[in-house]
Amino acid sequence: MSESTMARSDLADPAARRALMAGVDTTPGSSKPDPILVVDNIVRQFGGMTAVDVGHLEVQRGIITALIGPNGAGKTTFFNLITGFDRPTSAKSGAHWSFDGATLDKTSASSVAKAGMVRTFQLTKALSRMTVMDNMMLGAQDQAGENLLKSVFKPLWRGQERAIEEKAKELLARFKLLEKKDDYAGSLSGGQRKLLEMARALMSDPRMIMLDEPMAGVNPALTQSLLGHIQSLRDEGTTVLFVEHDMHVVRHISDWVAVMAEGRLVAEGPADSVMSDTAVIDAYLGAHHDTDLGDDALLTDEVMEEIGQEVAAEQKDES
Amino acid sequence: MDTLQAILNSMLREAISPQTAAVAIAAIGLNIHFGFTGLLNIGQSGFMLLGAYGFAIAIGHDLPLIVGILIGFGAALVFALVLGAPTLKLRGDYLAIVTISAAEIIRYVGRSALLTDFTGAAQGLQGVSYRTPFTDLSFFGGGDATLSPFNYLDVAGGAGWVRLLGWLVAIATVAGIIALVRGATGAGVVARRTSVGALAVVFVFLLFFLMPANYQNTGVNGWWVRFVSWLLVAICMLTVFLLVRSPWGRLLRGIREDEDAIRSLGKNVFAIKMQALIIGGLFGALGGMIYVLPSSVQPDSMGRSLTFFCYTALLLGGAATIFGPVLGSILFYAARIMIKGVANAYIPDSIMNGQQTEQFSYIVVGVALMLIVIFRPQGILGNKRELRFNV
Repeated sequence: MSESTMARSDLADPAARRALMAGVDTTPGSSKPDPILVVDNIVRQFGGMTAVDVGHLEVQRGIITALIGPNGAGKTTFFNLITGFDRPTSAKSGAHWSFDGATLDKTSASSVAKAGMVRTFQLTKALSRMTVMDNMMLGAQDQAGENLLKSVFKPLWRGQERAIEEKAKELLARFKLLEKKDDYAGSLSGGQRKLLEMARALMSDPRMIMLDEPMAGVNPALTQSLLGHIQSLRDEGTTVLFVEHDMHVVRHISDWVAVMAEGRLVAEGPADSVMSDTAVIDAYLGAHHDTDLGDDALLTDEVMEEIGQEVAAEQKDES
Repeated sequence: MDTLQAILNSMLREAISPQTAAVAIAAIGLNIHFGFTGLLNIGQSGFMLLGAYGFAIAIGHDLPLIVGILIGFGAALVFALVLGAPTLKLRGDYLAIVTISAAEIIRYVGRSALLTDFTGAAQGLQGVSYRTPFTDLSFFGGGDATLSPFNYLDVAGGAGWVRLLGWLVAIATVAGIIALVRGATGAGVVARRTSVGALAVVFVFLLFFLMPANYQNTGVNGWWVRFVSWLLVAICMLTVFLLVRSPWGRLLRGIREDEDAIRSLGKNVFAIKMQALIIGGLFGALGGMIYVLPSSVQPDSMGRSLTFFCYTALLLGGAATIFGPVLGSILFYAARIMIKGVANAYIPDSIMNGQQTEQFSYIVVGVALMLIVIFRPQGILGNKRELRFNV
């Protein structure tokens, strides 16, 4: 970590974060005081199915924003779209998103990462047949030795290589992976791979880190330490956007929650208030979740009459 | 004993022949594609043929040697760009399909009667038309020489026991090298490397002591072309070593493991894959030029089967190793000659005649390749933990 990000940001104080977000509307797509990521009109269709249709979303700098929603809500697709791993269907009709003031509409996944927005994957992508250390070293940006012409001459990159190695060791120590540094990444457990992937993403000193289900498949003890890592990232000034299913996790660490359902952004707000939002409850549990469809009492005479009329009307149409 | 000696001699001649060196260089290029980057290039023979054509046609039209070499490299470079641009953004399988078809296209274009003035069509180009500038460079002088000048014939008149003793010592040195490499002796790294090097030198000397080879010093297919081609093999190995120990080489292995992960770390995967494709292709072109130096440019002798020989050599020696492709091609060609020689000498003609032993040797080699892939996917030198056969 560089010195600037090492310094605890003002937003390390929970009260400061609450004060910052207090004035923000809790409507979907509300504007934030200092957005780092602004997304407009992103639509992604797979054939006739619209997976993502987000009109406007802003992500506040320096806090943890959670992106939640039921299965198939389009969270991961949305991640892929803004990190350049997928192209919006609306690419030519007004899709626009910018990170830290720079427009990202047409940039590739690698340029998005170079701009300072690094992501992890739902299914971890540890490079199994490389050592943990090599995995980490790949994360560093602007390596002279990655230039084909310079790579042959070791003196041109030896110094930088050492600096990167030191940094990688620091990060590994922080994620408690240092003693594994010479093991192949494929020999790590699922949870350790999640840690490794997060540590590797941090090698590039990102300004914003996007975690796709960081807790999926991780045991409860490791979840605690992962949560701690995510919070300390935020405290050091990195913006965090993460997708998660687990409501306890979301409630525990997020400063702001955005909810997606059927591809749309349906609600936004602090964790406590958004959980009681009817749109969110509907999205997760269905609009009729408190109606007992097995209750015979619902089938009153009027209802039976209505049904009878409908059936008769249909039969008339057919004949 | 004399039959055996004759088989052994022909094995050694095949092992040090310039064409073996050429395949070794092409396999080194393929190692960059397949072993390090995971690019499934099934058209290495196309790169070789382009290198050979560029070299031979340019020199045949009275251009200087160096220009011929550069034209051969240029043709391979353009070929790599044309193949890579549309396919490297797609999944690996597509590169495989495109490279094998493109290599066949090159071969058929070379055979085409329309280009007889340039490529000599199916007849190919005779070595005489392009070899002279290369042989003129030789400082080996005329006459012929035997390697090694001191050999088993000089000890006790080449008696059987001398050869037997020599072979026992040779086998002992190989066993010693294997034991040292596996770390069974518990010696330090430096001591181990020096003794492996020393044993290897002793082993090579013993080979030439037991199987002396006689060639013209310069000539069409003499020591000069052998010296140059094996020197180039060494240079290629050094280049690959320098490339893959660097962060660039680390990127290659990262791409082999997972492209998307590397992309998410802000690396331009397409550019790196293109660089790997070009460099491996240039090695292929160099291999092609050496391949045709002692013979002629025959499009049909540089078809799909040559690519598969390169793959066999690579997998036998061990993909993603520095020395693997070289060891693989030496063993592959020597073993094929051994099978052919043994079948010729000891199987009666009524069961298998001379022509059939040639085919039989290829069958055995094919079966051997399958066995390697199944039982020792990492090859002879490969690291089992790091690289299993991976398509």
